[in-house]
Amino acid sequence: MRNEPRVTKELVKEHGLTEEEYDKIKLILGRDPNYTELGILSVMWSEHCSYKSSKVFLKDLPTEGEHIIQGPGENAGIVDIGDGLAIVFKMESHNHPSFIEPYQGAATGVGGILRDIFTMGARPVASLNSLRFGAFDHPKTRYLLNGVVAGIAGYGNCMGVPTVGGEVYFNACYNGNILVNVFTLGLIKKEKIFKGVAYGPGNPVIYVGSKTGRDGIHGATMASEEFDEKSSERRPTVQVGDPFTEKLLLEACLEVMDTDHVVGIQDMGAAGLTCSSCEMASRAGTGIEMDLSMVPKREEGMTPYELMLSESQERMLLVVKKGREREVTEIFEKWDLDVSIVGKVTDDGMLRVIDNGVTVVEIPARILAEESPVYIRPKERPQYLSKTEKFSIDKIPEAGNHGEVLIKLLGSPNIASQEWVYRQYDHMVRTNTVVLPGSDAAVIRVKGTKKGIALTVDCNSRYAYLDPYLGGMIAVAESSRNLVCSGAKPLAITDCLNFGNPEKPDIMWQFDQSTRGLSEACKRFNTPVVGGNVSFYNETRGEGVHPTPTVAMVGLITDIDLHMTQWFKRDGDQVVLLGKNCGELGGTEYLAAIHGLEEGPPPRVELDLEISVQDTCLEAIRDGLIMSAHDCSEGGIAVALAECCFSGPKSCHGVNVSISGDNMRGDCLLFGESQSRIIVSLDEDRLGDLRKIAERNNTPLSVIGRVGGDRLVINDLIDCPVTRLEQAWRTGIEERL
Amino acid sequence: MKFGVIVFPGSNCDHDCYHVVKHVFKQDAEFVWHKESRLASYDCLILPGGFSYGDYLRPGAIGKFSPIMKEVRRFACDGGLILGICNGFQVLLETDLLPGAMMRNRSLKFICKDLYLRLEEDDTPFTNRGRVGDVLKMPIAHFDGNYFVDDKTLQELEENHQILFRYCDHNGDVTTDANPNGALRNIAGICNRERNILGMMPHPERCSESILGNEDGRLIFESIIDSGVGIR
Repeated sequence: MRNEPRVTKELVKEHGLTEEEYDKIKLILGRDPNYTELGILSVMWSEHCSYKSSKVFLKDLPTEGEHIIQGPGENAGIVDIGDGLAIVFKMESHNHPSFIEPYQGAATGVGGILRDIFTMGARPVASLNSLRFGAFDHPKTRYLLNGVVAGIAGYGNCMGVPTVGGEVYFNACYNGNILVNVFTLGLIKKEKIFKGVAYGPGNPVIYVGSKTGRDGIHGATMASEEFDEKSSERRPTVQVGDPFTEKLLLEACLEVMDTDHVVGIQDMGAAGLTCSSCEMASRAGTGIEMDLSMVPKREEGMTPYELMLSESQERMLLVVKKGREREVTEIFEKWDLDVSIVGKVTDDGMLRVIDNGVTVVEIPARILAEESPVYIRPKERPQYLSKTEKFSIDKIPEAGNHGEVLIKLLGSPNIASQEWVYRQYDHMVRTNTVVLPGSDAAVIRVKGTKKGIALTVDCNSRYAYLDPYLGGMIAVAESSRNLVCSGAKPLAITDCLNFGNPEKPDIMWQFDQSTRGLSEACKRFNTPVVGGNVSFYNETRGEGVHPTPTVAMVGLITDIDLHMTQWFKRDGDQVVLLGKNCGELGGTEYLAAIHGLEEGPPPRVELDLEISVQDTCLEAIRDGLIMSAHDCSEGGIAVALAECCFSGPKSCHGVNVSISGDNMRGDCLLFGESQSRIIVSLDEDRLGDLRKIAERNNTPLSVIGRVGGDRLVINDLIDCPVTRLEQAWRTGIEERL
Repeated sequence: MKFGVIVFPGSNCDHDCYHVVKHVFKQDAEFVWHKESRLASYDCLILPGGFSYGDYLRPGAIGKFSPIMKEVRRFACDGGLILGICNGFQVLLETDLLPGAMMRNRSLKFICKDLYLRLEEDDTPFTNRGRVGDVLKMPIAHFDGNYFVDDKTLQELEENHQILFRYCDHNGDVTTDANPNGALRNIAGICNRERNILGMMPHPERCSESILGNEDGRLIFESIIDSGVGIR
């Protein structure tokens, strides 16, 4: 072997492996690993690739259901939508690289999630993202926001996959660790699903796509540790994206998968060639042998270590039927892509790598892919909770002018229009986008059918910070509510669980609680988790982010003509509230934006009530009874009503309502964020039918007012021209930039 | 009528254009791979939007070297109809089938949104279904739509009535505020002097179906279909 470093204790530690982990490796191999093997083991056993701290907790998530074709464990989840079609989707985080190099970090995040989808044979048709930045006035926020949004746009737009929705939040807890969670959904014919499996010893292993370079080595390891002052030195571990090559790869792969040559296929994401080869072999119970001299390289002199750990983007690994090499190669050459037969499937279960005739790696594939250590880390309730729970409303002075408070809230970065962001994304390409960004959920049509798909992504991390269990539950409840408001029946979720350092007991407690809440809600809504990822170590100098269990949910609209939007349509329509005002102020945007407090218990959510409200709303939409539906979330009913007035693409409407809550303060009634509330508008003649549905479902219903005029009037608390409210909302983000 | 939709590496509105002519307007349509050096007989070619060759170097700059472009040029000289949308427009500029160049948007950002166009000419095969002064709502989605051309050519474009669309407000007034990208004189689309080649930045294929909430793009396709029959 050439001059490779000797494997010492120090080197093992530098690779992020503990002594116990190293002992386990020696026991399995029956020898010391060499340098290349150490690199491979360290990356496959990193938190990012192995889920070693989270596995135990994720086991309890519901993953099965009537329409579920593929749950977690593959590149993405798959759900049956009828007509011989299925949807394939997944969400992934790219937090660490995006903080270090926002444009490329975010861009390659998009590239990675797109590959996860088309590697299963699906054509990607829509993307979402969930972004979290530090406080708006933090010196790095503008730079990071600009870079991340441009990176997502640069990659997604070039790929021709519309970014149809998403969310952007700002909170000081993300000052040192931003979150970039990206989601893509693809469409597939049910009988044409591909998996990452290396069946059939003797079948050739084919490498296609960009050449392998020295970029991104140990990216997965970087994502498995905290940040400190020196984190910007990690910039070389961030990969550089080439969306044009990925677009060619997409079209070429779909063309190859339209033939019957392909046995299995997997993209090279984190841990590149290593991860794709050992996972494909492990799933199939086979081995893979690769000859590194056949790997297309960007530069001379790359070592086996570098070749196996590079995270160069836009690469795929295929196993094809023996004898079909030429046909497959020709298709990739038509698209001007590098393609090379790099190895073959074996029957001995080993990942074997050969360099210049010498075997440099020989490790059982299963050990790498499946048998990482599993930790049940200690957990403990964080101390901050005893402080935040002590919140009392009595210390909050009630504002004299609620109208001015509403204007301020509408212009605050977490509530204001996100048009500045989504205008930079092509959200219309593929001509399927029926509801553009800016309503509760995005809606795309499925060409060739009457169907539509609704998609949304949601998490209120302030709730999760104040009560991780409720926070997890509400992320699911609100996603579901968003979909229902668009006329869809929720089908399934994918999640990104973003947390701090799992080696700290209070972080592990947050993680445990959040996943329990998420799990409980998913069971009740019958929306299994079909995939996702866990991102730990979102910490800088010991400061962790708020627990952020982001949920992306997908629903089915059986008749696209009956989709729904959030804005009022006609003067004279009745305005109805489904649900109850409970006036809960804890954890609200009002407390944070107006009073600078992140305290109190977040709003409760009674799942029975939530389900009843959603059932009533969905039935009413399907019966064609209502004209609009909008859920109440951040900013409470006042913000929701205002959005109903002005968020539509056509002219604004005014509204005059009178709402009630048991003797509660004005700010509680207006800005409290009680869950399970939907505002609908409808023709007066339809009111009787709506009441019948509500009674049958036992849903609280109150007629609160009427659409009309050009002012928003709520009780004697708010009376404000809609144009003024709209102005504050439309310019909130842009003016701060 | 028979449409050919040219597919460059990196085209991404090719499927959308094909869908519209084939399924919405029920015309014959085929994809044409950019490496082809022979063109079958078509009545109208569409150069779709997207990022041909990743927009590397400059949008459209490498696309002009694709083998098919020689045939496209010949097709144009023979009077065939050519519609270049967004990146397709940029390719037409780079190939000198239309005059001028595109610069980055004034905001230096990608812009995707609905806006309004004033129809400036109705005696072309692409706009004969409309009337001068019509206001059309259409989306744009581009980074490089800031149209520029030298004064002399601009003068010619005006004199020869080659400017077919200008960005305007919802009343049809061509104002600075209504200009999304800084394009000279709010130019959104131009044709050649012979009037058989149209290049436009907005996307008519994205607004030709009621389910998408806007059908103003139909005017372009219906005009082509009306006028195209029997042209060649």
